[in-house]
Amino acid sequence: MSKLFLGIDVGSVSTNLVLLDEDRNVIDKLYLRTSGRPLQTVQKGLARMKEAAGGGAISGVATTGSARQLAGLLVGADLIKNEITTHAVAALHYRPDVQTVIEIGGQDSKIIIIRDGIAIDFAMNTICAAGTGSFLDQQAARLGISIEEFSELALTADDPVAIAGRCAVFAESDMIHKQQVGHPLNNIAAGLCEALVKNYLNNVGKGKEILPPVIFQGGVAANCGIRRAFEKILGYEVITPEYYDVMGALGAALLVRDKSINSGAPTAFVGWSLCEEEISTTGKRCHDCANNCELAEIRRSGKIVAYFGDRCGKWSQRVPEAAATQEVG
Amino acid sequence: MPRYKASVAQLGTAIIPIKSIMLELGFDVIMPPPVSKETLMLGSSHTPEFACLPLKVNVGSYLQILPQEPEVIFMVGGVGPCRFGLYGEVQKEILHSLGYDLEFVVLEPPKEHLREVIDLFVRFLGDGAWRRLPQALYIGYKKLMAIEKIEKKVLALAPYLDAKWRQQLWKEKKAFVRKIDYTTGAAQVDRIVRETVAKIGSFPREEPEEIFRLMITGEFFMVLEPGVNFHLEEYLSLAGIEVERTIFFWDWFKKAVFLSMLRVNWQKKYLDLARPYLSRFVGGHAVESVAHTVEACHKGYDGLIHLAPFGCMPEVTAMSLIQQISREKRFPTLSLLLDEHTSGTGVYTRVEAFVDLIKNRKLHEGRRLQGG
Repeated sequence: MSKLFLGIDVGSVSTNLVLLDEDRNVIDKLYLRTSGRPLQTVQKGLARMKEAAGGGAISGVATTGSARQLAGLLVGADLIKNEITTHAVAALHYRPDVQTVIEIGGQDSKIIIIRDGIAIDFAMNTICAAGTGSFLDQQAARLGISIEEFSELALTADDPVAIAGRCAVFAESDMIHKQQVGHPLNNIAAGLCEALVKNYLNNVGKGKEILPPVIFQGGVAANCGIRRAFEKILGYEVITPEYYDVMGALGAALLVRDKSINSGAPTAFVGWSLCEEEISTTGKRCHDCANNCELAEIRRSGKIVAYFGDRCGKWSQRVPEAAATQEVG
Repeated sequence: MPRYKASVAQLGTAIIPIKSIMLELGFDVIMPPPVSKETLMLGSSHTPEFACLPLKVNVGSYLQILPQEPEVIFMVGGVGPCRFGLYGEVQKEILHSLGYDLEFVVLEPPKEHLREVIDLFVRFLGDGAWRRLPQALYIGYKKLMAIEKIEKKVLALAPYLDAKWRQQLWKEKKAFVRKIDYTTGAAQVDRIVRETVAKIGSFPREEPEEIFRLMITGEFFMVLEPGVNFHLEEYLSLAGIEVERTIFFWDWFKKAVFLSMLRVNWQKKYLDLARPYLSRFVGGHAVESVAHTVEACHKGYDGLIHLAPFGCMPEVTAMSLIQQISREKRFPTLSLLLDEHTSGTGVYTRVEAFVDLIKNRKLHEGRRLQGG
């Protein structure tokens, strides 16, 4: 039986999992809402992956995304990798000749510039909400339609209105203004898509040379309105890969596959039993020195399995088996 | 003469020699706690929203030590067309408006302020204190030299150790800084340095296949104070990267005080390097930041990390020029603009990705040169 590898991307909005075989085929993938409970969501995802794997053994696990350290401690990751690198790896796997990766997720957006198969520059926006999935969700909700309907609606526009997209707050008041003076909804929706794309290009893409092939990934890549706005403004075809919404997890799985096969080392994965266990976290503050670190204590079935957040390492080293295999680079 | 209670603004390990000088001169010294989230929160709630991070951190640290009732706070000032030139005054005003009545002394390079410095001296320490000055300055100088020597050694040695020993190295470095802080004699400083050099020299070295070299440059305070740059230097060094820090306190002091007093044009070297990107002084350390980028590129570094407070006028000027150099010379750079809203996760994600980028680039380049 082929070896199996697992990539887990725990982002602020979504938690994604990819199960990969030795020949880099995706056996299963899953996109879940994190809903503010990263650890429980990982558990839920693992339960699905266990089924997909037929309960088979896992040869390597990697975590990525903003909760990569925490998730890595919980599952026993063999590799903990930042989401910029994993997104670039997945895009390169899909299109080895890719030159630009646009990634727009729920709370952040990135651009990665690749030349000759090597990432040479990147930028990431984590502060401005205008131009991320959450803002689109919010606007669709305000109009009382689903995000899918919003995207379809934008495609039917004949003359998108100009919307001030520099800031989510101003964009919303401008949209309301346009709606109150009688512009049809489809033109407003398409106008918002263009405003977001311009904001992305001026903000994240500022000073970057965007050359084709351009790959568009992340949750927002499902939105055809945004994709069309990118194509209109850039003048290039924008490619959305098959696994666009789980590219971070895919990249992580690809990296841990290579690492595990090259090193031959056994996995640190804690096992499928994790799905059934009770996981809880408690916060506390260490007052032993002036740093006053904020600590998180992670328990599995009541037993402390990891500490997280101390500067000196005195807490996290108390649980040696959980010492994360963090590798910078 | 009564002993006055004095405190000083935060400045990385450079605060230790300053503390030592104050003690020798006869002050009771109150040390600010390490910069933490609490410092930033306190500072940002009592400073203008658009003020930059160094001001917020300074005000935050003062508020943390005020319960211990210092009578005078010292701060090393800055000159030049950047808002920092005014910060001493602004800090004084903020503390006074909060109802704290204390002296606030901005130590500026004594080009025009020599008289003020002398007056202060007499006021706080009495006439006799002059006799203690040479010894105080000497011990401060010894401590500063010792700290900077070991800091440079640690950064240079880290890439030749394995991960476990790198941890040990940094533990040793922190212990060393503590020992230097507690000691009082010049001979002891020399002994501590000798012992530390011998100890870290005995760590088992290995020859790595490839060494990755990064330069860290940017605004003075952001580079020197680990509490605001998320301990970037330690983080990179622990990851086995050879880090070159471009700002050291002594180097700056030498230039800003001695060379300026002697009217030596020390900035010419930097302006020559920074040209044609930047040909005039624009405040703060902008010329140096640009010059160091050019230098890093010439000297074959694998990349450069540029640190600046969010909204810093000189460094934002430098940032766009650094990006231009990066594009023109295909040299990887990463600018981090930090303020009290910056999350560590975001910084580490970018830095980690940047390290991946320079590593992959170098390995790829190596393969290409070998015809692979």
